[in-house]
Amino acid sequence: MLTIPCPHCGPRDEAEFVCGGQSHLARPDLASADQDWAPYLFIRDNPKGMHHERWRHAAGCGLWFNLARDTATHEIVGAYDIAAHPPECRR
Amino acid sequence: MSGSRLPSGGRIDRTRPLRFSFDGRNYDGYAGDTLASALLANGVEIVGRSFKYHRPRGLYAAGAEEMNALVQLESGALTEPNRSATGILLYDGLSARSVNTAPDAARDWRALFDRFGRFLPAGFYYKTFMWPHWRLFEGPIRRAAGLGTAPEVPDPDLYAQVNTQCELLVVGTGPAGLAAALAAAPSGAQILVLEAEHEPGGSSLWTADEALASWCRDALTALRARANVRILAATTAFGYYDHNLVAAVERPASGRFRERLWKIRADRVILASGAIERPLVFPGNDLPGVMLASAVARYARQFGVKAGERAVIVTNNDEAGIDDLRAAGIDIAAVIDVRDEVGPLRAGGRRRVTAVETRHGRIACDLVCVAGGWSPTVHLFSQSGGSLRFCNVRLMFVPDRAVQAIACAGAANGTLAAAAAIAEGWTLGGGTPAPDLPDLKCGTASRPPAIWSSPSSGKAFVDYANDVTKADIALAARENYVSVEHLKRYTTLGMGPDQGKTSNVNGLVLLGEATARAPGAVGTTRFRPPYTPVSFGALVGARTGERFRPRKQLPAHCWHAGRGAAFEDYGWQRPDAYPRFGESIMEAARREAAAVRQGAGLFDASPIGKIEVRGTDAARFLDFIYVQTMSTLKVGRIRYGLMLDENGVVIDDGVAIRLADDHFLLHPTSAAADRIATWLDEWLQCEFPAWQVTIVNVTAQWGTVTLSGPEAWSHLDHLLVDIDLDPVRFPHLSFMATAIGEVPARIARVSFTGEASYEISVPASYTASLLEALAENPAVTPYGIEALTILRMEKGYLHVGTDTDGTTVPADIGFGTGIAKKKSDFVGRRSLLRHEASREDRLQLVGLSSDRLLPVGAHATADMRPTCPSDGYVTSACESPTLGRPIALALIRRGRSRIGERVRLYDLGRFHEAQIVNPVFVDPEGVRLR
Repeated sequence: MLTIPCPHCGPRDEAEFVCGGQSHLARPDLASADQDWAPYLFIRDNPKGMHHERWRHAAGCGLWFNLARDTATHEIVGAYDIAAHPPECRR
Repeated sequence: MSGSRLPSGGRIDRTRPLRFSFDGRNYDGYAGDTLASALLANGVEIVGRSFKYHRPRGLYAAGAEEMNALVQLESGALTEPNRSATGILLYDGLSARSVNTAPDAARDWRALFDRFGRFLPAGFYYKTFMWPHWRLFEGPIRRAAGLGTAPEVPDPDLYAQVNTQCELLVVGTGPAGLAAALAAAPSGAQILVLEAEHEPGGSSLWTADEALASWCRDALTALRARANVRILAATTAFGYYDHNLVAAVERPASGRFRERLWKIRADRVILASGAIERPLVFPGNDLPGVMLASAVARYARQFGVKAGERAVIVTNNDEAGIDDLRAAGIDIAAVIDVRDEVGPLRAGGRRRVTAVETRHGRIACDLVCVAGGWSPTVHLFSQSGGSLRFCNVRLMFVPDRAVQAIACAGAANGTLAAAAAIAEGWTLGGGTPAPDLPDLKCGTASRPPAIWSSPSSGKAFVDYANDVTKADIALAARENYVSVEHLKRYTTLGMGPDQGKTSNVNGLVLLGEATARAPGAVGTTRFRPPYTPVSFGALVGARTGERFRPRKQLPAHCWHAGRGAAFEDYGWQRPDAYPRFGESIMEAARREAAAVRQGAGLFDASPIGKIEVRGTDAARFLDFIYVQTMSTLKVGRIRYGLMLDENGVVIDDGVAIRLADDHFLLHPTSAAADRIATWLDEWLQCEFPAWQVTIVNVTAQWGTVTLSGPEAWSHLDHLLVDIDLDPVRFPHLSFMATAIGEVPARIARVSFTGEASYEISVPASYTASLLEALAENPAVTPYGIEALTILRMEKGYLHVGTDTDGTTVPADIGFGTGIAKKKSDFVGRRSLLRHEASREDRLQLVGLSSDRLLPVGAHATADMRPTCPSDGYVTSACESPTLGRPIALALIRRGRSRIGERVRLYDLGRFHEAQIVNPVFVDPEGVRLR
């Protein structure tokens, strides 16, 4: 059970949050090829190590934000605004 | 064994005698006893039967590692299976039975299984009971090799749960734990100290070292005086999770709740959970009367119970606590140190131990004290992700590298001597200078412990809880289960109640011997939560019965109840129908539906989703969300729309109302209201964070009442004289924000019945008044969900999730045209451009006409074989009161091009016939909506 630092409310228990999966996915436009649309729909990274996800503080402020998390050690490197770029993309 | 109460001594209160019963016989004990110590004091030798062979078993240990004395505590609703007698504080009137014995532990008839022991080795049933089918044998085997029985009636007790946090969590109140807490206390940090036993103090409660005992008493007194230290006794830390979350369960001896689950987020954890003494492996080592040496000392000193008169000590180390045994007044017949080349050794006796047999002869005794070395209680450290290291000198797994903020002190760290344990705890607690230590006896280990197991033949047990013997481990090794994880699963070693507490090291040492590997090379399985069994009650807490999922009642619930509504749970408690005397629900629903078609009906639509979307970018946001274009909608008008997910699949439908240029009100499906509001917010926040849009879910803020039917307007016009609701000036799909008297009201001309409808929303608390006012006219019939379902089916209105599935795209349900003309992108649009989404052989929504009512879920089949591929299925069906015959909606392959065809449908062994028709059975022109 993680302690997640909500950028707006501070550190809170994981039970208050909902994970929205991998972050920083660029949504292809209507003219995109099937080969570009399919990965957007279905293909996700599954790294052992640093991962960037979006989480929602469902039982708190209700806001979505990005989280950089190590999937192997459960270390949380940082939480940052939903619109921001990852501070340091170590993938 | 002939246990008895010592004339004096122990921490029991001899002025408070208690009565209890075990296996139907009555006994006496004292306050401060555990069930185990009281049984021992009463000379009860056989406290249980072994799991597989039903061998007689006596008490083996005094702490959480006891796995023979598992009892069924109490009976009826209060019963608790598989409680270890060592963890049950005695109370007056306690009643317990041994588990899985018949008629009781002393006389269990299944003891004859033991004679066939050599036919029942590890994994025997995988090999033996294959023909004709395992299923035939499973029942009897499971009954034979079982534990206690689960209660069959609801538990009347309360279970509490607490979330808390602290700066320092100390697990264990032995010398090391007390020293750690004491050293940390002056810093003012919030410190929580957990003790699994009913009384804090750990080993100081039974040590023969008075200086140690008094130092610990003083430490406890000092800690209790501090406001920043909280000590919880009878609380077992059983799980260690990510980010230093420790779960513990408290079992208070009395109080309002039976158990309390603690979820503790600690900045730092000091694990001072002590160590567990190990058995030695020799034939007969499970006979009643063979006990851990430390347990014998503890029963004597803490509970004033003498486990036997004449003891033989069998040890492989110098830390067997022989002084403690002597201090307890036990006559020691012999000390057998297995490091002295003792050769074959076995314990003899039938129902209890009567002698130890060695090559030098037979030593008569009624108690064998076994000291096989110590295993640090590293379960929580291992659960936290920390690695363990096998110490070849001390023969134990000790904590190695921690990955969370946890450190081990004292015996849990392999430091057995009390003085060193205190020093270790003190240092971890941040204490400087060194503590004012008493003059403690120091361990004087002259020789390291030895790896040993008796070469004698006969059942020598490694895991008492699961009846795993030395021979079983050799068998597993022979059959190439040489990984410790495979060994565990093949033989069940360390599974079940033991969880490796006593069996782990002996098992892997033997596996190492069988495979010529050092114990460190064999390694250990990772310990997993829970350390000791945790009841479902503690984990569930108060979330049972009515509190499991609170019922959502309509604002006008009482009004409906007063009208005789039959309620059903649709997320909200909603009227299914208003049956009259003698009417079934469906009869009532057909009557109500007919009343709507012929006159006017009144429906409580309050749960309908109400989401306000407002802001300068609201219109273009909704263009992105809906398949339909919403930015062209005029203020005061209403448009039906579909929502898709990114796969192009329909996830919801409903109307959007334009309240102002920058203000919309969406009506998603009742059951989807919260989910859709959250989903909209995710799109807005994550995809368009710069757009000026606000989303507010106001579903529960407004109560919504629908008056529907050809006479709806005339009834309403009569009631709301100030408001012009004339259907010409206020036609279908238009909206007005107005007031009924002083009460704000929103009136929408939308229909889910196919009849002209007025959907009136008022602040939720006015719903019942509005219903009452409208229902005063006896010509207005209240109708429920079932009638609405009939009405919408007759009109061919689909219900997303009922008449659509996880593959349905807009074209499948008749909304394919017009999409191409929309200029902007919307959720799921790109997926609709795939070839798959426009195939002609997709399942399409159609109507079915039949003589008999079709079962929902019946599949269309191309031929008479039920195994042939499905050509679609029935999604909704009812007896139509308007048409006087059954109708159905269905998703049928190429359905729209097959109107008029007959299809055969299969369901649960029966075939049905139907004709494919237009899904709109009533008023296809829509004249009744106006």
